[in-house]
Amino acid sequence: MAKIQVKTKINGEETEFLCQPYDTVLDVLRRDLNMTGTKEVCSSGDCGACSITMDGRLVCSCLVLAAETEDKNIETIEGMAKNGKFNVLQKTFLEHAALQCGICTPGMLVAAKSLLEKNTNPTETEIRYWLAGNLCRCTGYDKIVKAVQAAAEEMRENA
Amino acid sequence: MNEIDNKWIGKNTIRPDGADKVTGRAEYAADTIMPGMIWGRVLRSPHPHATIKSINTKKAEELDGVFSVATSADCVDFPVDTPVLLGIQDIRWMARNVLAKEKVLFHGHPIAAVAARTEEIAEKACELIEVDYDIHPWAIEIDDAIKPDAPILHDFIKFDGKPSNIAGTLEHKKGNVEEGFKEADIIIEKEFETAAVHQGYLETHACLVSVSPDDRTTIWSSSQGQFMVRAMTSFITGIPQSSIRAIPAEIGGGFGGKTIVYLEPVATILSKKSGRPVKMVMTREEVMRASGPTSGSKSKVKIGAKNDGKITAAQGTFYLQAGAFPGAPIRGAAGCCLAPYDIPNAHTFGYDVVSNRSKVAAYRAPGAPIGAYAVECVLDEVAEQLKMCPLEFRLKNAAKEGTKAVHGPTYPLMGYVETLEACLSHPHYKAPLKKLQGRGYASGFWFNAGGESSAQVNITEDGNVVVTTGHPDIGGSRASIANITAELLGIDVNRVSVLIGDTATIGFSNLTGGSRVLFASALVVTESTNQVIDILKDRASKIWKIDKEAIEWENGQARPAGDNAGNFKPLSLAELADQATPTGGPIGAGHQVNTVGAEGGFATHICDVEVDIELGIARVIRYTAAQDVGKAIHPAYVEGQLQGGVVQGIGWALNEEYIYNKEGKLDNPGFLDYRIPVCSDLPMIDTILVEVPNPKHPQGVRGVGEVPIVPPLSAIANAIYNAIGTRFYSLPMSPPKVLEKISD
Ligand code: FES
Ligand code: FES
Repeated sequence: MAKIQVKTKINGEETEFLCQPYDTVLDVLRRDLNMTGTKEVCSSGDCGACSITMDGRLVCSCLVLAAETEDKNIETIEGMAKNGKFNVLQKTFLEHAALQCGICTPGMLVAAKSLLEKNTNPTETEIRYWLAGNLCRCTGYDKIVKAVQAAAEEMRENA
Repeated sequence: MNEIDNKWIGKNTIRPDGADKVTGRAEYAADTIMPGMIWGRVLRSPHPHATIKSINTKKAEELDGVFSVATSADCVDFPVDTPVLLGIQDIRWMARNVLAKEKVLFHGHPIAAVAARTEEIAEKACELIEVDYDIHPWAIEIDDAIKPDAPILHDFIKFDGKPSNIAGTLEHKKGNVEEGFKEADIIIEKEFETAAVHQGYLETHACLVSVSPDDRTTIWSSSQGQFMVRAMTSFITGIPQSSIRAIPAEIGGGFGGKTIVYLEPVATILSKKSGRPVKMVMTREEVMRASGPTSGSKSKVKIGAKNDGKITAAQGTFYLQAGAFPGAPIRGAAGCCLAPYDIPNAHTFGYDVVSNRSKVAAYRAPGAPIGAYAVECVLDEVAEQLKMCPLEFRLKNAAKEGTKAVHGPTYPLMGYVETLEACLSHPHYKAPLKKLQGRGYASGFWFNAGGESSAQVNITEDGNVVVTTGHPDIGGSRASIANITAELLGIDVNRVSVLIGDTATIGFSNLTGGSRVLFASALVVTESTNQVIDILKDRASKIWKIDKEAIEWENGQARPAGDNAGNFKPLSLAELADQATPTGGPIGAGHQVNTVGAEGGFATHICDVEVDIELGIARVIRYTAAQDVGKAIHPAYVEGQLQGGVVQGIGWALNEEYIYNKEGKLDNPGFLDYRIPVCSDLPMIDTILVEVPNPKHPQGVRGVGEVPIVPPLSAIANAIYNAIGTRFYSLPMSPPKVLEKISD
């Protein structure tokens, strides 16, 4: 089968790749572009470990076909720290011990960032429901919720 | 940098591997690549039970893009009737679990594997492998496996002299239970069931293996023990351990499920046969069908007590599923279930039952939650009949220092009573409840483990520190090791870097499991660091030309021990490192030992639930976990262990279960239908860290990782009873089951 040529923007950088019609964005990121920060855990949209944003919208990259990303703006975990500086969420996740094994962390961070871009003052319930699609088996979510709350607070203070 | 007054033990420092993990840089097994790498896939059994008459791989081998094919014929042959023990595992079973030999024993059992240019080609080649089966009846549930005419999985396993699926038994005995029950004023006996549940680590099993023509093998894999990977791969492939270098990738959760191998020996064979590096990554469905889970169970527990609340006798019988090969965690069930109590007469039995399910693997305090579920629920009923507060009742029967446990040991100093007292004085205990809300309590115990551990502490030329240990870091152990090393050396924690060595760079270290890692590695790191301090004093003594005994190490500096020693300006770690070459060479020390003195851990939990009687949903609305943690070296990660364990217990209690269909196949092999707790299901999980230091450890460490999953099953069951007056004797207490029972 002839491969499809795709031109897209990933973390602000123009990127071109060839893919099969059935390849997902996750396949291309991890296997072809060697951007392995985005994790594959279920490949069925049930865990959120593969979370990225596409034109600002939070999506599971295992559910989006790579061919659909033509002319889109993709953001992944690799683009979260800017100019060698952590995003506030990355910092609060570390400070609050919000990760144990860390496999859910990239997806969690991408999802939480997308929440805080819309709402810098979420309630605990809003955080819990926003992150309900991001599984974590290690932490029991307690410290993740607290890290997001702390990041939101910092963002409000610095606003 | 200020080297004065640093105190790191007990501080929530930033973990050394943290930055990599929040930026996506951390390398897990599935993230590794090698030039020339090809992909392996596994052919799995479509039947739950069948004899393999023949396997023909010719068509697969001929497919364009295929490099190699592996079957059990490529593995070392371990006769089925001769045990080959490696720790608690038997390599006979391990080899047959990795690639089926005489029989397939569960749906999803690996039969063959293919390495090809792409995963798609490997997958297609698997479909071209022809297997001729003789299909047998199967047994999935315990009752089906132990009934008289049950299909027998392994002909040579005998029980009572006859072929049987009961592969092993265990019992613990203390006093005389018959006499004990005679003394009792009330006796309660109940039967319980729990479903098989999966560890649910998010990272699926993965490895990359490269074998050179002279058999030198490098394995990158996600596991709880690189030395376990090396040993098992060596056994199964016949390549000597000295030729295998197993490199631990970052591990995306294990909870016991990554204490055995599935892919590494297969990828090794495929790589050896093809001459190419082979990468294998399981899908979630493969993980669910063919790795883990922990046992489902059936049990019966009987407890007798006097009217004054003293327990006189207890008896427990536990049947645990082992899956396809022997090895159910009956010791955890029968050994831990009565451990929190001082009971004069007790008798527990465990039965290891094989059936046509995937082979069980360890899961956090293996077996202990199953035993505690039954015992702690019956205790709740006894307390109710006696009209006693469940916590006061436990306090009255609590084991203490000097108590002889039913499973054998006499306890040293330990903090079970303190966990009960902490719960009794916590605001949660007295908080008001609304209608359809209820509160439940339960306690739990886990043995904890020590075992082999190695460490190396090296001072860098610029006077900083690199610590290497041999246990994969699952949940922040590097941070705790950094705290301890910084504390002993009296330097800033950021000057300590902590690495996990591979099998070629650090001495043998037992796998990460049994809540052993911090206990064991802190011991060897402490000893190594103390040796380094001794060397540093020696170097200072050479520079000052005074006796080493006249030098002390304080706040990261060597200084004269008193006025008589002389008047010298203290030498910092950096200054001594700078002088290393002229004073004797590189500064570093290592230690390796079989650590002993890991003492057990105890916990008591309080749980509030609210039951929606229309939907049958029981929701945990408040949770408090008190645990004797010995000494919390990094409190936030200790809390994290408690919170994570509790939430896995909540999943076990309320939702998770392996559901088999009529064809003997797992019906819910994904996170959509196998529902683990999500963020919106839960409240915050409060923790109370009770610190009764382990007297046998330099920092007082006790294992903390496993105990937290022991009490939740029964705490929740007891809370649901308290809320709606209905007792559940079967897990999970999922909405359909709750609804059915309420409407009865
Ligand atoms: S891998 Fe995409 S949602 Fe799980
Ligand atoms: S930290 Fe391990 S899954 Fe979230």
